[in-house]
Formats: sequence, structure tokens, C-alpha cells
Amino acid sequence: MAKVFIFPTTSLILSDLVARFGHTPLSAAMQIREIIQTPGLESPPLQITPEDPKKGLRWAAVEVPSGVRGRMSLYGPLLDRAEAAIIVNNADYSFGCMGCARTNELLMFLIRKKGIPVLDLEYPANEEEGVEFVAAIKRFLDSLPGGRA
Amino acid sequence: MTRVRIAQLSCGPEYSGVQKEINDAAEAVDAEIFFPDLKLADIRRSFSDFGLDVRSPDLKLAIARAKALVEGRVEADAVFIATCFRCAEAAIVRNELRRFIHEKSRLPVVSYSFTERTTSGTLLTRMEALTTIARRRALLAREVQEGITMGVDSGSSTTKAVVMKNNRIIGTGWLPTTGVIESAENAVSEALSAAGISRDEIQAIGTTGYGRFLVGEHLKADLIQEELTVNSKGAVFLADSQHGPSTVIDIGGMDNKAISVQDGIPGTFTMGGICAGASGRFLEMTAKRLGVDITELGPLAMKGLSQKVPMNSYCIVFGTQSLVNALAAGSTPEDVAAAACHSVAEQVFEQQLQEVDIKEPVIMVGGTSLIQGLVRAMGDLLQTPITVPPHSQYIGAVGSALLASGFIRRE
Repeated sequence: MAKVFIFPTTSLILSDLVARFGHTPLSAAMQIREIIQTPGLESPPLQITPEDPKKGLRWAAVEVPSGVRGRMSLYGPLLDRAEAAIIVNNADYSFGCMGCARTNELLMFLIRKKGIPVLDLEYPANEEEGVEFVAAIKRFLDSLPGGRA
Repeated sequence: MTRVRIAQLSCGPEYSGVQKEINDAAEAVDAEIFFPDLKLADIRRSFSDFGLDVRSPDLKLAIARAKALVEGRVEADAVFIATCFRCAEAAIVRNELRRFIHEKSRLPVVSYSFTERTTSGTLLTRMEALTTIARRRALLAREVQEGITMGVDSGSSTTKAVVMKNNRIIGTGWLPTTGVIESAENAVSEALSAAGISRDEIQAIGTTGYGRFLVGEHLKADLIQEELTVNSKGAVFLADSQHGPSTVIDIGGMDNKAISVQDGIPGTFTMGGICAGASGRFLEMTAKRLGVDITELGPLAMKGLSQKVPMNSYCIVFGTQSLVNALAAGSTPEDVAAAACHSVAEQVFEQQLQEVDIKEPVIMVGGTSLIQGLVRAMGDLLQTPITVPPHSQYIGAVGSALLASGFIRRE
């Protein structure tokens, strides 16, 4: 079983697909749930406090906007644990939406720099492409250590 | 109107850990922040219609929300636009949305670029101004001072008091702020003595400035109001420009305000926030280093040429260093004074005036408006004549006294 970073990390569909094919999805929902369930300073809606952008300094320098560093404090630890990644480019907002383009660019770079197996996909535009989209994800996940292949 | 509803258009505050600070600042002025709900199809259409092809989905959402507010599909009393400091993409969106909302609706709007260090205290005056504009339009429409009223402006550097009677200033008091209440008491005594009336004759009192709450409570003020709306009102009153557009610039001791005003009511405004190198405090330090009184700095600067001395630092320490270096290199006090004025004006111009639409007349107010060199430098940068109304240093106190008269008959 492999730990698979997904992009968009907010995609519940992608997270569900990874879990269905026997791997552990690394998604924003898990990370946010952990933050919300950990006792600490009350800072709704995500319980991210001004300390978190400072943690993000590990991935982005101080001159990088606080929103990018705060996001990296969420996604960076996921990336650290990732053994594989699935990237869906140009995804529809309803599939999963990542708010900040600069964070996305940094995440893309760090995923590729890490040298882990990466599946790069375009978001499907019709049913036929949708079927192939799911099949490609299945083939990729099956090929990972602990996969069904 | 009881609770003011402020629509938030933003990218990043929840990830910067400052959303709670924004909510707290709104809560402190009995307002609530909300995020306009939109359908996914509306987001795509609105974003596309607006025509600014940004990459960040949160900014696309902000654009779609702004369209919904302007088109009346979502109701709000005011708009707060917030994006990350140092994000170029967000800065473009922030400016364009502020301009778009200002031009296409009557909603008061303020924009702010935050860091993780932004606190509710920093945002409080801005939120208070937003809610004042939304809540007190009738009061802000007042153009004539009636009866006998007093205004007190408890600023970070100086405390000012003004007594007005039947639309005229009849007494003033101006002192450096030391103890907040003591300074206010002394300024009030000075103003009353100059007016030749007793405290019992005052029919209503208004307070503004940093110490407005403390002083307001102490004086049992009828009106305690932030300086953005009060100064706008005072500025157009004194400049006899109550109707139509105007721009008010107030370079203060601790922060600067640039306000785009329509019929005496702020539409958009910025409040910095930059650094002490762009404040009245830097000019005080310059005067001290040159060995002249602050009142002499303006005439001195008028005799000098700013181009002869390189000085453009945001930081008061580095600015002072440039000043010392220039004097050591043989520059004249006149040129140094002119350069200091130009430096402050240039930074306000670059950092703040880009965020409001400059419309004539441009009215400079506050104590620094008495420094002619600064007024000249600002006029050169804006390429427009600057109006400095009489009693411009008492602007907050005059605005307070004017608005307080609305309480004589309980408007």
C-alpha cells in the first residue's frame, strides 16, 4: 500500500479512487480534519493560526505571501510523506479546487523534484475521456508497491 | 440599521490564520462578515464577463462575488477586500475590484493586504469606518453645524479641540499628546477659554482619533467616531467642497489616510500602515536634526531643492541616516528639508494614493498640511493644485463638532 499525494488535494473523488484501489490518499480533507481535531487556539474556519504560515517557511521563503506559506504548512507535510502522486490538470471546480495559483505552481515543482512516480492527467471533457481517466488512475495505482498488479 | 453585513472578497486570510482577526474586528463594531454564496455557473460566467484572466481560483471567486454585489444578486451593506501582502496577482485584483465596486455601486469598500501578523486592532478603524458609512449616512449628510458643540481629536502625536457655534469655529486648543485624558482636558480648556464660554454651554460633544473611546467616555461624548469619516466631513466642510467628488489626504504622526470622498462621505479609503519613514514623525525628526522647530520646516523646505539630496526610505532609521549623510556631505538644511518632504510625499503617493481614485479638489489636512514643503511636494507628484483649508490641523475636531451637532436634536 502506497501513500499517494493527490492534486487537487481537495478532490474527494480522487481521494476516494485512491482508497478504493487499495492505497492511502494524502488529501487536504485529512490534514484539515487533523488540525481541527487537535486542541489549540480557536481560529476558524480552518483552525490555521498565524503560527502556521511560519511553519510554511520550510517550503517557501519569508517574502512569499502568507497565504502561500499557510497553505504549504498544510500540504507540505503531505508531500513529505508521499510515495506517489496523481496530478489532474485543469480540473473543473466541482472536482476539486485549489485557491492559490502560486501555491499550486510550487506544489507541482516540489512533486516533480521529489522523484516519486507521478501520473499526470488532463481533466476529462466527455464520458469517453472520463472512462479512460479512471482506467489510467487504476493502472497507475495497480502498478505501485502494494498495488493489485 | 442594527447589525451591518460586510461582504468579504478575499484570497488567503483563512490560510494565513487571520480570518478570526477579521471576524473579531467586525464583531467589535457590531458587524458581521459574510461570504456571498454563488452558483458554480455564476462564478464561471461572472469571472469571464469581468475579463481579468487571473489564475488563482480564489481570486476568480472574489471577482464573481463582486459582480454579484454590484448587480444586486447578493445584498450587503459594505465590502471588505483582503488579499495577501506581496502577491502581485492579488494586488491587481484587489485594486480593480475596489475600483469596480466604487464606480458601479454605492457600497462603501475598503481593501487591505494582510500578513500573518495582521490583528483585529489593525483592522478596527477600517471596519468602524465601513459600518459608520453604512449606518450613519443620514448623520454624515449633515453640512451645517448648529448650536454650540465641541469636537476633540485625540491623535497619536497631538490632541486638538475645537468649539463651534452656528457653523463657525470660535475656539481652538492644540497640545502634544502625553497622557491621553490629561492632554484632552487641557486642549478642551484651551478651546473653551479661547471661545469664552463655559463647559455647561456645550450642547453636544464628538470625539475622534486614537484616544476617541477613552476621551469620549471621559467627556461623556454624544458621538465617538473613527477619523476616516470624521476627517472627510471636516475636510469638505472647511474646504467648502461639500458637494461632488474630492480627495482627502491626511499624513499623520503614526499613519496616513487617503480618502476618496463623494458628497462628504468616503467611498474608498486606505489607511497605512507603511512605515515611519512616510509619516509626520519623520518630519518631526528631520526638524529636530536640523535644529529648527517643526513649524519652520515648511518654509525652510520651500527654499530648497529636493533633487539635490537622495532620500526615499520607508524606514525612519534609514531615512535619518540619509539625512545625516547628506548634511555630512555638505548639503544645505534647505535642500535636506525639501528632500525629507519629497520623500514622505513620494512614499504616500506610491504606497497609498495608487489605491484611491484621485479626484479634484485634493484637500490636505492634519498638522502636516501646515508644512508647505510637503504640500508642494505632493502637488508636484500629483500634478494638481492642493487645497489646504483654514484650520486644517483641527480637521478631526471640526468634523466631530460638526457631526455632534446632529445630536442636539437627536438625529
